[in-house]
Amino acid sequence: MTAFGQRVAFVDRDRLVETVRTLRHEGWIQCLDVTGVDYLTSPRRSLPAGVAPERFEVVVTLINHTLGERLRLRVQVPEGDPEVPSLFNEHPGSEAMEREVFDMFGISFSGHPDLTRILMPEDWKGHPLRKDYAVGRIPVQFKDAPGPR
Amino acid sequence: MTVTDHNAPAANADPHLTDESAQEMAPRALTGGVEVLREVGSVLRLSEADAQALTTGPDDAETTIINMGPQHPSTHGVLRLMLELDGETVLRTKPVIGYLHTGMEKTGEQLTYLQGGTNVTRMDYASPIFNELVFCLAAEQLLGVELPPRAVWIRTLMCELNRLTSHFLFLATNGMDLGSSSMMIYGWREREEGLRILESITGLRMNHNFIRVGGTAADLPDGWQEKLTAYLDSIPARLEDYEALMSYQPIWRERLQGVGVITTEEALALGATGPILRSTGYAWDLRRSMPYLAYDQLDFDVVVGTYGDSYDRYAIRLNEVRESARILRQCIEQMPEGDYRLQDKKVTPPPRGRIDESMEALIHHFKIFTEGFKVPEGEVYVAVESPRGELGCYLVSDGSATPYRMHIRGPSFVNLQVLPHLMQGGLIADAVAIISSVDPIMGEVDR
Repeated sequence: MTAFGQRVAFVDRDRLVETVRTLRHEGWIQCLDVTGVDYLTSPRRSLPAGVAPERFEVVVTLINHTLGERLRLRVQVPEGDPEVPSLFNEHPGSEAMEREVFDMFGISFSGHPDLTRILMPEDWKGHPLRKDYAVGRIPVQFKDAPGPR
Repeated sequence: MTVTDHNAPAANADPHLTDESAQEMAPRALTGGVEVLREVGSVLRLSEADAQALTTGPDDAETTIINMGPQHPSTHGVLRLMLELDGETVLRTKPVIGYLHTGMEKTGEQLTYLQGGTNVTRMDYASPIFNELVFCLAAEQLLGVELPPRAVWIRTLMCELNRLTSHFLFLATNGMDLGSSSMMIYGWREREEGLRILESITGLRMNHNFIRVGGTAADLPDGWQEKLTAYLDSIPARLEDYEALMSYQPIWRERLQGVGVITTEEALALGATGPILRSTGYAWDLRRSMPYLAYDQLDFDVVVGTYGDSYDRYAIRLNEVRESARILRQCIEQMPEGDYRLQDKKVTPPPRGRIDESMEALIHHFKIFTEGFKVPEGEVYVAVESPRGELGCYLVSDGSATPYRMHIRGPSFVNLQVLPHLMQGGLIADAVAIISSVDPIMGEVDR
């Protein structure tokens, strides 16, 4: 399937590692990007038949240098069991990106050697890029407003 | 997951202090085998015996784990490296990042496509134009608009000018890290002259927000050719100076050659792009291999190295300056006439003159700047070759005026993963040279 001239494939999470391994042998030699999307507030999106929409999506971008093309793998991840097999054994370079997705979305990667937060401090509560995580604000103190004390 | 409570904070720890303990490097006795392998920089599949030899290093009592950074002048910002040392030899390395995390991807979800540029331009602050470019290309692909040729060429010109200033920044800091303070002054001088031209075009030295969805913010100012030509004329002689000062100099070569070596397979496996990948002799440059903007009409060479060491990475950047200067000269010659932005009332604001005459123009102007323009539903990944490698933007739109999800694939973030590999077995004095040769920009690593 293509979207805006780009190749997109929908992969079941149980078959992700296997798919990526096969693709690597076929010339998709580099894993460029692993990221996540939280579709909590926008559940409607165009998915091909047979793919049930879930709250989270993990998006893996691979590149084939011979063809000069990129391939995007979209993996549906249910809210109740946010776990995806790690691509670390296929592409060691996915390590930091998977940690980022874990940190930002709370999606864990089974088989990852060191799944800790990467950008936020370790004792941080919540996963900032989830849609139900509020944007932080600092109250503005206007001049004539009553002060806190 | 590995044991992480080796120095868990006490129950009465200061609540204002944050905790990174699990992200830090632990003694070998507490670290899992695969994690140690990663910290010693093993990339490719090893035989059991090799893996065993790598993971069973000296006893924990004989080694020291030290912090380098986050406050260290040679870490280019707030990169913190934890190093396990045996004497002066680096055994394991672990980067700890996140000290500059400002939640820009989250912020990006609140800003309209017009405001988004001001946000992404602050990510890789040494090459802001590329960030704006990749964000705008992604949004334009979703919108399905075609730009006038002049807009494309202005963007190409700005990119290459920015690549010059970024590489000069690298040459300056690389020189400083290796003890050549003259090089630092020279590099900053050339960079500053380049920034002056950028300023005359965009109005700002950095964080330009010049490339907008639908074109650029303004046309090139009068007399830009003369300014740029004068700058380009000054560059070859200065590069000769650099060559004399550094490339041909035995001390410089001794410090860099054979330091921090990586092979093509390892670089590919770690996702490294840009000069790091090219230093291994692998000619992969998006400008050539997957052309965007006007690069398919330009004549330039892709510079590659041979040995994959720090010297190659230095030499590649030095020679890319020459190539960029060549591209800039072609841009001056071939710059087409025409409009610098798309005339689509729904995407770009109307010309200033129209606002006084036309009620509709005023309405369009008002709407674009207050509520922004709507971008059709969809998701797209676009990448450009930034001075550090593949800079990608993954944009998801739900049809509203703000991105539903905006993810930037920062090349520095991914490239940092090669550090453990480059450092292993080297001296701590080489660590500085290696960090410098990877050229990470922490704003982009942490975003």
